[in-house]
Amino acid sequence: MSIFIDNTTRLVVQGITGRDGSFHGKQMMAYGTKVVAGVTPGKGAQRFEDAVPVFNTVAEAVHETKANTAVIYVPAAVAASAIFEAADAGLGLIVCITEGIPVLDMTRVLPYVHERGARLIGPNCPGLISPGKSKVGIIPGNICKPGKIGVVSRSGTLTYEIIHQLSTNGLGQSTCVGIGGDPLIGTNFIHCLRAFDADPETAAIVMIGEIGGTDEQQAAEFVKSGVKKPVVGFIAGQTAPPGRRMGHAGAIISGSSGTAAEKMAALSSAGISVMKRPADVVPLLKERL
Amino acid sequence: MNLHEYQARDILRRHGIPVPPGEVASTPADARAIAERLGGKVVVKAQVHAGGRGKAGGVKLAKTAAEAESHAKAILGMTIKGLTVQKVLIAPAAEIASESYVGIIVDRASQRPVLMVSSAGGIDIEEVAAKTPDKIHQLAVDPRYGLLQHQALALGFKLYSDVKQARAAADIMQKLYTAVYAVGASLAEINPLVTTPDGTVQALDAKIAIDDNELERRPEIAALRDVSAEAPAEVAAREAGLTFIKLEGDVGCCVNGAGLAMATMDLVKYYGGEPANFLDIGGSSNPQKVVAALRIITGDPNVKAILFNIFGGITRGDDVANGIVQATQAFPLKVPMVIRLTGTNEKEGIAILERAGFAALADMDEAVKQAVAKAKGKAA
Repeated sequence: MSIFIDNTTRLVVQGITGRDGSFHGKQMMAYGTKVVAGVTPGKGAQRFEDAVPVFNTVAEAVHETKANTAVIYVPAAVAASAIFEAADAGLGLIVCITEGIPVLDMTRVLPYVHERGARLIGPNCPGLISPGKSKVGIIPGNICKPGKIGVVSRSGTLTYEIIHQLSTNGLGQSTCVGIGGDPLIGTNFIHCLRAFDADPETAAIVMIGEIGGTDEQQAAEFVKSGVKKPVVGFIAGQTAPPGRRMGHAGAIISGSSGTAAEKMAALSSAGISVMKRPADVVPLLKERL
Repeated sequence: MNLHEYQARDILRRHGIPVPPGEVASTPADARAIAERLGGKVVVKAQVHAGGRGKAGGVKLAKTAAEAESHAKAILGMTIKGLTVQKVLIAPAAEIASESYVGIIVDRASQRPVLMVSSAGGIDIEEVAAKTPDKIHQLAVDPRYGLLQHQALALGFKLYSDVKQARAAADIMQKLYTAVYAVGASLAEINPLVTTPDGTVQALDAKIAIDDNELERRPEIAALRDVSAEAPAEVAAREAGLTFIKLEGDVGCCVNGAGLAMATMDLVKYYGGEPANFLDIGGSSNPQKVVAALRIITGDPNVKAILFNIFGGITRGDDVANGIVQATQAFPLKVPMVIRLTGTNEKEGIAILERAGFAALADMDEAVKQAVAKAKGKAA
């Protein structure tokens, strides 16, 4: 098994004819993801790569193709609107890759999505992949291998680094989820930990956090209160100076509650094995498996 | 993006919040003219993006216009936390009966804008939050309906027992909430919100930070950016589409992705080195960005070794390699460089580097170890 996406995922790509949407649309198709539709207003009735029907609206795409998942590659200026549209079309899973959505827009998007019972992953995230089954987003498929490790991360390329360490050492993955680095996101660590804990084919979980906010501390509390599977964690930003942004809007040290040291202590006290560097992921997992 | 106090005051005023008069001056003569116009005692306040202006001597009281001129002369050009003061705000020295705090931030946990008020205003609100959290009252606002009148009034009564003042404060809170969405603020604070001896409620000082993601659609707000108030290397980086933060070490880091960049800095420290900077070239693939990044890193005289850590995803290894080669042709490097390159188009990238006489490593730990050793003048 896997979490959130698998062989039954039927994907609609919002922004499929754009620069990023077309590039990654092709990559996802090559990986074996069932890309059933694309959406670009004004380009309805076209075919993407001579195979995938393009629609003017997400609702039409869902009606015609029974898509159950959306991925969004549209520019930041229209990305919030694209999430609203996907939620309105009744999709259960919406993955927003787009970076740069204003936080105040997200304060309106998130309640709308939740009220319609949809799950949003992102924004500003690399998406997710269930190796060998389906890939939704931009995580390079060639670095992943099917297996039993669940990976959840706030980062992009750091996630690739960790996956690379796992795959080259014989530890395949059930699903890898990039939840995104923005302050307001649809799916957090706890949602993923709960799903991995319930997934019979996930044997252990790797969580990759960073400075800023208190999501990792809350995740640690959740692990302590009843995650049965072993968890290994990493926090990026141990050397970050206080009070400075480090690229991700989420990575702001606020007061004393967002430092790497505090997060690592919270993880440790919850029984999570804490890596000092990415290369520690393999030995720590092997100890716990 | 942070706004200056005078810019934040303008925004509040435009949204109907009572703000005492005051004007900004860039020369002592202007400061004197403004003080004469205002009449009476004035305060001269440094306009820099740094807290603790008062303690640093950047806020001074003047009894006369001549004194305002001499204070402005002393404050203009002074350095506060590494930033040179270019402008001063001249405002009447208000008589204050009480000081409160009103602020709005977007809260990650509740995923809503949260209004915070405290009757303990005028000082660092984080200190109040740490020492006397019961003095801070919070309300998570439902963004679909905005800040409702009765909610604002209830918070107004937390600040003032007098109903007129409570209503005035509530009105200010609702207007501040409207302003947050109107200008795209990630933080808006009135500190202090004061009452004067005649009982009126006014915003004496204000701080507004704009969400950088709002700037593209709000050119009038983007135009408020004061480049002279920022570190030059960080301005150059932003203009090139990079995120750069200078640190104190000697290993210059160039990485794609913020998380990997932080993990790379951490690994430099793990192997006994000190990172000279945080630098994220971002997710796009453009050799010119790499050239700009190397220009910024080599502009730091502390840098003794340069470390590239690239894990290609959207970023392509051949683009990064081309950028490195172009940069080294434009300005020869005076310090050793270690390159780790893997992921998308790594073979093409490594071939480009090898033709130009550079080696590329596949392993992050090995690359960091070598860079740390080279910064210390040792052969790796």
